[in-house]
Amino acid sequence: MTIASSSSTGVFRSTETRSKPDPVAGRSWLTTQAATKESTVAIEVRNLSKRYGTFQAIKDVSFEVIAGQLVALLGPSGSGKSTILRIIAGLEVADTGGVLLTGEDATRLSVQERGVGFVFQHYALFRHMTVRNNIAFGLKVRKLPKSEIRARVDELLELVQLTGYAGRYPSQLSGGQRQRVALARALAPRPKVLLLDEPFGALDAKVRDELRVWLRKLHDEVHVTSLFVTHDQREAFEVADQFIVLNAGKVQQVGPPQSLYLRPSSPFVAQFLGQVNILPLETIQLGSRSEAPFPSSLPGLALQSDAQIYVRPHDLEVQRERNGRPCWGARVERITPLGGVVRMELSIKGDHRIQLELISDPSLDLNFAPGDTVFVTPRHMNVFDAKSHTFHPVVLGHEIEARA
Amino acid sequence: MATDLRLDEPSLPVPAPNLWQAVRPSSLGRGLLAGAVLAWFAILILVPSLALARQVFLGGLKPFLQAVARPEVQRAFGMSLGITALATVVNTVFGIGLALVLTRQRFWGRALVDGVVDLPFAISPIVAGLMLVVLYGPEGWLGRWLEPHGVRVVYAIPGMILATMFVTVPFVVRELVPVLRELGEEYEQAAHTLGAGRWRTFWSVTLPSIRWGVAYGVTLTVARSLGEFGAVLVVSGNVIGHTQTATLYIQEGVESFHPEGAYAASLVLAAISFILLVGMDFIRKHLEGGRENRP
Repeated sequence: MTIASSSSTGVFRSTETRSKPDPVAGRSWLTTQAATKESTVAIEVRNLSKRYGTFQAIKDVSFEVIAGQLVALLGPSGSGKSTILRIIAGLEVADTGGVLLTGEDATRLSVQERGVGFVFQHYALFRHMTVRNNIAFGLKVRKLPKSEIRARVDELLELVQLTGYAGRYPSQLSGGQRQRVALARALAPRPKVLLLDEPFGALDAKVRDELRVWLRKLHDEVHVTSLFVTHDQREAFEVADQFIVLNAGKVQQVGPPQSLYLRPSSPFVAQFLGQVNILPLETIQLGSRSEAPFPSSLPGLALQSDAQIYVRPHDLEVQRERNGRPCWGARVERITPLGGVVRMELSIKGDHRIQLELISDPSLDLNFAPGDTVFVTPRHMNVFDAKSHTFHPVVLGHEIEARA
Repeated sequence: MATDLRLDEPSLPVPAPNLWQAVRPSSLGRGLLAGAVLAWFAILILVPSLALARQVFLGGLKPFLQAVARPEVQRAFGMSLGITALATVVNTVFGIGLALVLTRQRFWGRALVDGVVDLPFAISPIVAGLMLVVLYGPEGWLGRWLEPHGVRVVYAIPGMILATMFVTVPFVVRELVPVLRELGEEYEQAAHTLGAGRWRTFWSVTLPSIRWGVAYGVTLTVARSLGEFGAVLVVSGNVIGHTQTATLYIQEGVESFHPEGAYAASLVLAAISFILLVGMDFIRKHLEGGRENRP
């Protein structure tokens, strides 16, 4: 079936409709994209491909990293993100494609000539050297005067808050301290770009949380263009200015984190960045007998019957009674209190399970029990049309709220 | 060595009521095992060592010192030490290089090279010596060309060095391959990203990281070189005072019925071996310690 494109009955309005102002992209935190167009590009990757035997690790990967930004190369394991990082560093050679660093072609340069800082997941600190000598290594290689090396190392020790640790060996440091030394060592020769390969991957949860907050603060001070690889979307959200989302060796989507979260370009990105409920549009609409079909129509859209609704757990509101707003009837299946939030599992039309999250606020009546009938309203959702492979973000229109 | 045997492994937790019954037989069993092992160790190693020492010092310290001071003994030890030094240096340099190639590079035939390195372990030293004679001997494949140019390999010092090198090739390589593999390439890659070239990286990062492995391999090479007999015997010609090493001197002494010098030389060799053994134990502790606290 198709959805009528008449706007008169518009319960929802599609943000894809070009003529109307875009309430999502118009938000202040999403405006960086326009501003960066004039900025200089620090890393440019062009049509990189790499194959290991029969395994195509990356395929035709192209992207840019703007100078001074902290960008996350994000994807599940095996998506090729580390391979790309290692190719940029010169530690691996791409089969085809090129790498430009600060505007210069670096494709044929050796690792040593590229002037990149690299931070490894397992730190790779030289264990026979003290912290001071580790940090000084890149400076000694460049044969800088001793006094200058000393001053620079002291400066970096202060930057990574390890001033008293210069004489220690890596084995005498904690994981978090080691990774900070690794960072200082990479930054010491003032690299053009900093590349971090799962820098927090080997640390325990608490240290990891502290360290990424700290990394963000550090980046705000130092401003070195940084590209960091992670499979953890939470980590990426917390740290990065921009996302480059990868899957199966291909770039899926590039952009500011919040914009990718709200307006994913593919089901993969939608599912990879946080949790999402997926419901077949047709079933939801046809199943409603007494209620008005919902969503009744999406202005400007002609959707196929196999279109799907993508809605995040926190974008759903739940009520006991129908209050005039568009909603789906649902049955409470399970309630799991998770500290600050309560997770509810509901079923719509019997077999469609969805999850939603409510903030546990004692002033609200949240005494739902399994078996209760409730009504669910999505504040924001994406309708995915499989045929055109596009998402249509949909927000609850203000006029509807007023009418209710 | 006795310390290698895991006699003191913690026993599994036993439910309290059966404690006495359960522990008693097992501790008895362990005691018996320990006794048997120690007895075996004594019969096999300790008693023969003591017998040798007793034989040497039967007439007191003076005859021993006199025997050791003999010029042919001194020359034999000089020869042994010289050959050992050369073979060790060459095999260490070559061994580090080969281990690096085997662990850091992929090439056709790597598995073959990896296997062939162990050949000297499997082959009898006499056969190894014979190979050299066949190759470098006066009628040999290469010897035929070398001899007319005044280059003497077999029945001369170069042949003895070659034979010693041949039998000790695997030690450094075998010790370093697992160490390098465990070390991984990240440290070297980190050095590269910091601007260090291959040579600089080798001296500043790789070599210090594998130094205890190298030391262990070198110690094994020294021990084996000093003690080598079969291969050297075949290629040396055993000319007293000229191509006679310590082991060859001992053999000659025993055969010609003036064994006093042979006993004394044996004891010196055994003492050197003991010192090397203590050194190896010290090195091994560092090797293991280094593996435990990897940063």
